[in-house]
Amino acid sequence: MSEPVIKCQSVYKIFGANAERMLKEANGNVDAKTFQDNGCIVGVNNASFEVSKGEMLVVMGLSGSGKSTLLRCISRLTDATGGKIFIEGQDLLNLNNKELIDLRRNKMGMVFQSFALLPHKTVLENIAFPLQIKGIKTEDSINKAMDMVKLVGLDGRENYFPRELSGGQQQRVGIARSLAVEPDIWFLDEPFSALDPLIRKEMQDEFLRLQEKLQKTIMFITHDFDEALKLADRIAIMKDGIIEQLDTPANIVLKPATEYVRKFTEEVPREKVLLIQDVMDEKTSSDIGDLKVSKDEIIENVAEKILTQEKTVAVTDSKNNVVGSINPAKIINTVFGGRKNNN
Amino acid sequence: MEILKKYPKLFQWLFLLVVFFALCFAIDVPETYKFIRGQAEFIKDPNQSAFVFLGKEVRYYAFDVFWRLPPLLGWLPIWINDSLFFLMNDWMPMEFWNEDTQEYKTRPLVLQITRNLTAFMTFLIELIREILLGGLETIVAFTSWDWIDANPWAELPGLPWTIVAAGSAILAYKLGGKGLAIYALLSMTYISIFGQWKPSMQTLSFILVAAPLSFIFGLGLGVAAFKSKRVEKALYPILLVMQTMPQYAVLVPALVLFGVGDHAAVIITMIVAVPPMILLTLLGLRAVPPEVIEAGRMSGCNNWQLMSKVLIPTARRDILIGVNQVIMVCFSMAVISAFIGAKGLGFNLLLALNQLNIGLALEAGLCISLIAILLDKMSLAWANKQVDYFGNLNFFQRNKNSLFFGVVVIAGILLAYFGSINFKDGYNYLFEVPHNKGISTAGFWNKGVDWIFDTFFVYIKAFNTWLIVDVLQPMRALYLRMPAIATLVLVVGAGYLIGGIRSALVVCGLTLFIALSPWWDRALVTTYMATFGVLVSCAIGFTVGTLCFQNKHSRNFMLNVCDIFQTFPSFVYLIPVMMLFGITDTSVLIAVIVYATIPATRYTIEGLRSVPAGLHDAATMSGVTKFQRLFKIEFPLAFPHMMLGLNQTIVFALFMVIIGAFIGTEDLGQYILKALSDKNGAGIGLTLGICVAFIGLIFDNLIRTWVDKRKKHLGID
Repeated sequence: MSEPVIKCQSVYKIFGANAERMLKEANGNVDAKTFQDNGCIVGVNNASFEVSKGEMLVVMGLSGSGKSTLLRCISRLTDATGGKIFIEGQDLLNLNNKELIDLRRNKMGMVFQSFALLPHKTVLENIAFPLQIKGIKTEDSINKAMDMVKLVGLDGRENYFPRELSGGQQQRVGIARSLAVEPDIWFLDEPFSALDPLIRKEMQDEFLRLQEKLQKTIMFITHDFDEALKLADRIAIMKDGIIEQLDTPANIVLKPATEYVRKFTEEVPREKVLLIQDVMDEKTSSDIGDLKVSKDEIIENVAEKILTQEKTVAVTDSKNNVVGSINPAKIINTVFGGRKNNN
Repeated sequence: MEILKKYPKLFQWLFLLVVFFALCFAIDVPETYKFIRGQAEFIKDPNQSAFVFLGKEVRYYAFDVFWRLPPLLGWLPIWINDSLFFLMNDWMPMEFWNEDTQEYKTRPLVLQITRNLTAFMTFLIELIREILLGGLETIVAFTSWDWIDANPWAELPGLPWTIVAAGSAILAYKLGGKGLAIYALLSMTYISIFGQWKPSMQTLSFILVAAPLSFIFGLGLGVAAFKSKRVEKALYPILLVMQTMPQYAVLVPALVLFGVGDHAAVIITMIVAVPPMILLTLLGLRAVPPEVIEAGRMSGCNNWQLMSKVLIPTARRDILIGVNQVIMVCFSMAVISAFIGAKGLGFNLLLALNQLNIGLALEAGLCISLIAILLDKMSLAWANKQVDYFGNLNFFQRNKNSLFFGVVVIAGILLAYFGSINFKDGYNYLFEVPHNKGISTAGFWNKGVDWIFDTFFVYIKAFNTWLIVDVLQPMRALYLRMPAIATLVLVVGAGYLIGGIRSALVVCGLTLFIALSPWWDRALVTTYMATFGVLVSCAIGFTVGTLCFQNKHSRNFMLNVCDIFQTFPSFVYLIPVMMLFGITDTSVLIAVIVYATIPATRYTIEGLRSVPAGLHDAATMSGVTKFQRLFKIEFPLAFPHMMLGLNQTIVFALFMVIIGAFIGTEDLGQYILKALSDKNGAGIGLTLGICVAFIGLIFDNLIRTWVDKRKKHLGID
C-alpha cells in the first residue's frame, strides 16, 4: 500500500493556559477529569489514524466530542498540542507559515457548516477567491471558477450575492470554492447540518456523485450517524475527544466496539446499510438454488428476491464467480433479530 | 429576621443609607466654609493653608478633613501646565532648517513637530476650502507671493454653489435614493439662498479634512487592537475616559500645543473622533464569524490578505457605522471648536449668541441642523447600502452618476458665467450668494423673541423664580451640605453592594480623584444639575417611550425623532432655550432635559422592543391585561436595557451641563470656559475635563456592573 495521505500519530489538542506542560506530565495518559480540574479542556485525546488516497473518512460525534477540533488540527487552523500529523509525508506541525500557506493554496480545500461565504463578493468571485489569493490572473481564475459553477449546478446564478441564495445553494458555492484550486485533500466540516432534511438528502446524493467523479481524499465531519453510514468508506466515532471506534460502516453496525457506539447502531435500519458480503457465509453449501446475487448489493435491494426463495442463494463477485451463499433465514435474522437480545 | 433573610440586599442598602445620613448629621458645616475654596483662583489670603508638592505650592481653605478633603492633587494642573510649557519651549532643542530664512535655527523638538503638523493641517484645510470657495493660499504654498504678484490669473476660482448643491444631490441619490437626493438639494439651496454659504463650506471643509484622517487612524488602531491584546489593553482606559470626557475640555490643551485656529481644531477633533472609530472597528472585526476567517485561512490568505480581503470587507457595515460616528463627532466638534477660533457656522453661531442676536443664531443653528441631518443620513445610507453587481451593465449605466456630475459641472460653470454677465452690481448670485445678501429671517425671529418676552415675560419669570427658589436652590444646598466623607462612603458602599470589592475600589479611586482636586464643590454643583436633568429626562423619557411603544407607528415615529435630534450638535440646543428663557440656570437645565431625554426615550422603546415575541404571546395566552403584561413581563425584562439608557442619559446630561457654562453656570464647565481664555489654562482645563469624565465613569461603572449582573441573572444575551 502506498503512503497514506493523512497520517495522525497520537494527536492531542488541549485548551488552557498550561496545556503543554500538563500534557508532558501526563505522559501519554490523559484523563479529561484531572485536566478539567486544573483548568484545561481536552479537545482531542490521543487520535491516531491514517487516511489513504481516494478514501472518505467520516468522523462522527455529538457536539463537544472534539470532531471539529480534530479537523482543525489536521488543517492546522489550530495547532495540535501534542503528537504528529503528516500530510503526504510532510510533517504538518513543522511547516513554517509560508509552507503552510503554500500547502493550503494547493493541496487543501475546506467546506464549512455555516457556508462562510464572503458577503461582499458574488458567487463567481467567491469561488474565484482562493485562486486570486494564489495570484492567478483574473481572467483565468474567472474561467476556472465558471467551470466550478457548472460542476455544482449553479449556472445562471454566478452573479448573485450569497444573501440572494438559499442555504443549499450557498453550500454549493462553498463546495465549489473549496474545489477551485483542485485540492487533493478535501475537508468538510458538517457541510449539510445547517440544511433542511430534504435539501440535505439532495446534497448528499450530489456529493456522492461529485466524489465518484473526483476521487478526493476526504475527511468529513458530521453529527448525523445516518449521514456517516451513507457516505463513508470508514467511520471514526468520537466521544469526549477519544476515537471510540474506527471501522467500515458494516463492521460498526455489526460489531460495535463499545456501549456508546452500540447505542448509535441500535436504531439503524441494517438492510439499508449492510451489503450482502457483510452477512453472507463464506463457504458455499451444497443446497444452492438458481438465484444469484452480487456481493456488492445493499440488502434492501435484493431482500425481497431472496426471501421468496426456499433454498440458499448464491453470492457472486463482479466476475460472476460464486464466492459465498446466503439463506433467507439469515436475511430475516439480520434485519429483525439480534438487537434487543444483545443488550 | 424572616424579612432580613428574604431581602438581604434591601437591608444592606438601608444600612448604607443610615450610615450616610448619620455621617451627614454628625459632621457640621464649618463656620468658615465658603462655597469657593479659592485655590483655583490663585488668590493669596492669610486664612489659607498651603502645602508644597513637587515644588508646586498649593493654597487652599482648610476644613475638617471629614467635611472637605484637602486638595492634595492641587499641584496636578500646575504640574501639567509646567510640563507642557517645558515640552514646548525647552525640551530637546535641535537644529532645524528654516526654509524662509535659508538657515539653521535651534528649536525645541516638540515645538517643531507641532508647528509642522499645524502647517500640514492648515494646508489641507486651505486646499479643500479653496476648492469650495476659491482663493490663492494653496498656490502660494507651492510657489511664492512674488510669483502670484507676477501672475494675477493664478487663483483657484472655487466651485459655484450650484455645482456643490447638485453634486451633493447626486451623491445622496447614489447612496440613499430619491428622497435623500431631494433633501440634499433643498437644504443646500436653502443654505445658499439664505446667505450661509461661506460659513457652511468652511465647516464642511473642516469635516472633509478631520473625518478621513480620523477614519484612517481609527481603523488602523482598531485593527492593531484586534490583532494584539496588549494594544487593546493599553487603549481601553483612554477609550473609556474619552467616551465621557466633555468635548469642550479637550480643546484647552490644544490651545497650548497647536495654537488658535482651524488646524488646532482639526487635530483635537481627531483625538475625540478616533475612539468611537476604534470601538466600532473592533466590534465589527470581532463580529466576523470564525468560520469566515477559517475559510480565508484555508484559501491560503496570508495575514495581510486576510485582513484586507476577508475581515474588513466582512465587517464593512460596522466600520461604516464607525464612519458615521466619526462624521457626526467631527461635525459637533466643528461647531464647538469655534471657541478656539475655528471658522464656519459654529463661529457665526457663537458670535450671534454672544451678541444675544437670537435671530442670527437661529439661522446658523438651522443650517447646522440641516447639514447634520444630511451628513448623518448619507453616511448611514452608505453603511446600509449593499454592494451590487454591475459587471453586466454597459459603460453608460455603470458611470451614469459620474457622467451626470460632469454635465452638472459644465452647466454650473455656464450658469456662473451668464450670472457674471447678468448681475451688474458686483454680486454673482449664481456663483455664490454673499453672506449679507441672502434672504435673512433674523429680523423676523428677533421680533418673535421680543414678542414672546413681551407677552409671556410675567409667566416665564414666575416659572423661573419658582424653579430656582423652590427647587434648584434647595437641591443645590443639599448637595453641597454633604460632607466629603459621607459622599465617599455612599458611593463606595454602592459600588461594593453592586459589584463587590473590585467595583468599590474603581469607584473609590474615581471619587477620590475628584475629592482631592481643588474643585470638589464645583463637581457637586455639576452633579446636582446633571441629577436634576437626568431625573426629569428619565421621567419624561420612560413615560413617552412606554406610551409610544404601544403603537407601531408612534414607536417608529418616535425613534425617527430621536435619530434626528441626536444628530444636532449639543451647542445648537442652547439657541431655543435662550430664546424662550433668557440667560438663566433654567435655560441650561431645560437644554439638559431636552438633550438627555433623547437617549432615555430611545432606550425605553428599544428595551421594550427587545422583549421576545414568544414571551409576549405566552403572556397573552395566560390571559394578562395590557397593564399586567407591561408591569409583570415587559418592564422587568426591558429594565436592564433601560438602565443602559439611564447611563447614556447621564453622559448626555453632563455634556450639556458643561456646555451650559456658556450661558453662565457656576460649575466645572464654567472653569473650563475660563481656562479656555487663560494662557496658563491647559492644566486646569484638562484636570477639570478628567473630573467631569470621572463623574460620568462612576455612574457608568455602577450601572454597567448592575446591568451585566442583571442580564446574566435573567439569561438575556
